[in-house]
Amino acid sequence: MLDPRLWQAREWVTALTLAAFGLAPVFTELASQPFILDLIARLMILAIAAVSLNLILGHGGMISFGHAAYIGIGAYAVGIPAYYEITNGFLQIAIAIGASAVFAFFTGLISLRTKGVYFIMITMAFAQMVYFAFISIEEYGGDDGLVIETRSEFGGLFDIEDTTTFYYFTWVSLVAALYLVRRIMRSRFGMVIEGAKGNERRMQSIGFDTYKYRLTCYVIAGMICGYAGALLGNFTSFFSPEMMDWTHSGELLFMVVLGGAGSLFGPVLGTAAFVLLEEFLSGITIYWQAIFGVLLILVVLFAPGGIDGFLGRLGRKR
Amino acid sequence: MTAAFLQISNLYKSFGGVAATDHVDLEVLEHEVHAVIGPNGAGKTTLISQLAGELEPDDGQVAFLGRDITRLPPHARAQLGLARSFQITSLMLDMTVRDNVALAIQAHDGHSFRFWRDARRDTALTDRAMQALARVGLEGRADTIAQQMSHGEHRQLEIALALATDPKLLLLDEPMAGMGSEEAARMVEILRDLKGSKTMLLIEHDMDAVFALADRITVLVYGKVIATGKPDEIRADESVRRAYLGDEAG
Ligand SMILES: Nc1ncnc2c1ncn2[C@@H]1O[C@H](COP(=O)(O)OP(=O)(O)OP(=O)(O)O)[C@@H](O)[C@H]1O
Ligand SMILES: [Mg+2]
Repeated sequence: MLDPRLWQAREWVTALTLAAFGLAPVFTELASQPFILDLIARLMILAIAAVSLNLILGHGGMISFGHAAYIGIGAYAVGIPAYYEITNGFLQIAIAIGASAVFAFFTGLISLRTKGVYFIMITMAFAQMVYFAFISIEEYGGDDGLVIETRSEFGGLFDIEDTTTFYYFTWVSLVAALYLVRRIMRSRFGMVIEGAKGNERRMQSIGFDTYKYRLTCYVIAGMICGYAGALLGNFTSFFSPEMMDWTHSGELLFMVVLGGAGSLFGPVLGTAAFVLLEEFLSGITIYWQAIFGVLLILVVLFAPGGIDGFLGRLGRKR
Repeated sequence: MTAAFLQISNLYKSFGGVAATDHVDLEVLEHEVHAVIGPNGAGKTTLISQLAGELEPDDGQVAFLGRDITRLPPHARAQLGLARSFQITSLMLDMTVRDNVALAIQAHDGHSFRFWRDARRDTALTDRAMQALARVGLEGRADTIAQQMSHGEHRQLEIALALATDPKLLLLDEPMAGMGSEEAARMVEILRDLKGSKTMLLIEHDMDAVFALADRITVLVYGKVIATGKPDEIRADESVRRAYLGDEAG
């Protein structure tokens, strides 16, 4: 895997994409086009969220339709303390991850008792509850949203008010999230998650309490997404409850499926495709979402495994 | 006499008013191979499913090693040392043959809340997985995705999974069904090797295999036990002949 001589299309695309993201500040500064940096930063934050969703969806077979809730929890974990002038980034991120873990634990406890379409509906319902909860809290802006005046501060270690620093902070976060998920999926724990996706009944019959393992996986995914939410709150400097609406959970699902559920890097490619298409199509037509619909149908019908699956087939043909 | 290894008392299960397990009493002794035979639809699989914990009985008890396990979920029973094989193959089809067996071993090697080390490079798992595969003759297929194997190989892997958990009690639901004659002969050999050291509840239609392996046989018809005894006694039993064996045991 780490030996380039063995790389195929898939590995090359992963390495080159991450390298391109890493080098983008150098080039965009030359081209004096900071908006591209912003676009990629947002893309990378959403990619972390998609990677975390893929952990439960692609690897674990748990189709959550409420993942955007964690983005909101993470963003408010930055915004609400900042509102009280608590700007310590370590603390804010700890709250983002901790609150996401607690929310994932209790909602997972209930939703993981259900299967299939019931699981989809119940995860969506829990997320909508968070959405309406934040709409109703006037103190933090209600449905107008919350302005986040200052970005997280990291005790002088680095300053993410600086655009380039924030960009690299996000880049490192994405790479770390990918590495983390890769390690987890190859570990004993990951094997249980994958096995339970394939045949839960048999996994129980050989002695695994699959419910406990799935719940743990669900909590880990929530924590990673909460972290992405904290990044997004810092990035946008403004957070509206609308960003946790179920349509945004649906977009995350779309990114994962488009990129290739169950592959490590697929969700990043799916997010990239989504964000870039959204950027360009929304400039051309207000019906850009309809084009996404068609695209999704084409992917499901003709490219099972999404973009990553396509790259995998390219690799094998050579 | 010591308490039975597995004690089934007054077990009852009905589907829509039709009794599939009709007040069954049965005990399996340690180290014996206890065969359960009976015509199609007699309730053999239903019985095993209640022993393994997948189906909840309407009434009655199951005790294993002197402990009441009637309400225990399947994974907890597996942890006590009970393993079943399925009549209809049940595998992790998307994973490799080695991964399938390694998971069965992993399930009985402490908890799996281990998030960092690469499980596929964990020789504690992979070495034992290869041994378990060698035992059923699948070592050459270790890297094959389970989906891509033949039906007969699926049956072998099915048994390998149950054996790999190193159980105290094996519940085998027609292990030879769907195997070619060569594979079936091999399976009889494998089970014969285990005989004496492992306790088995064996469901099988292949009467040659049953009479070759079983220490005792229970005959189930319409959910009811109509006879239990040594192979010779069962062979000689008039009611069994009439209900099931026919000329086969001749
Ligand atoms: N889930 C179920 N729902 C309704 N009826 C069932 C169910 N499972 C089994 N039965 C019925 O219970 C009876 C016993 O079935 P079972 O599968 O236990 O028989 P078996 O002895 O294993 O037969 P075979 O030799 O064909 O495998 C049958 O009449 C069957 O139709
Ligand atoms: Mg059966």
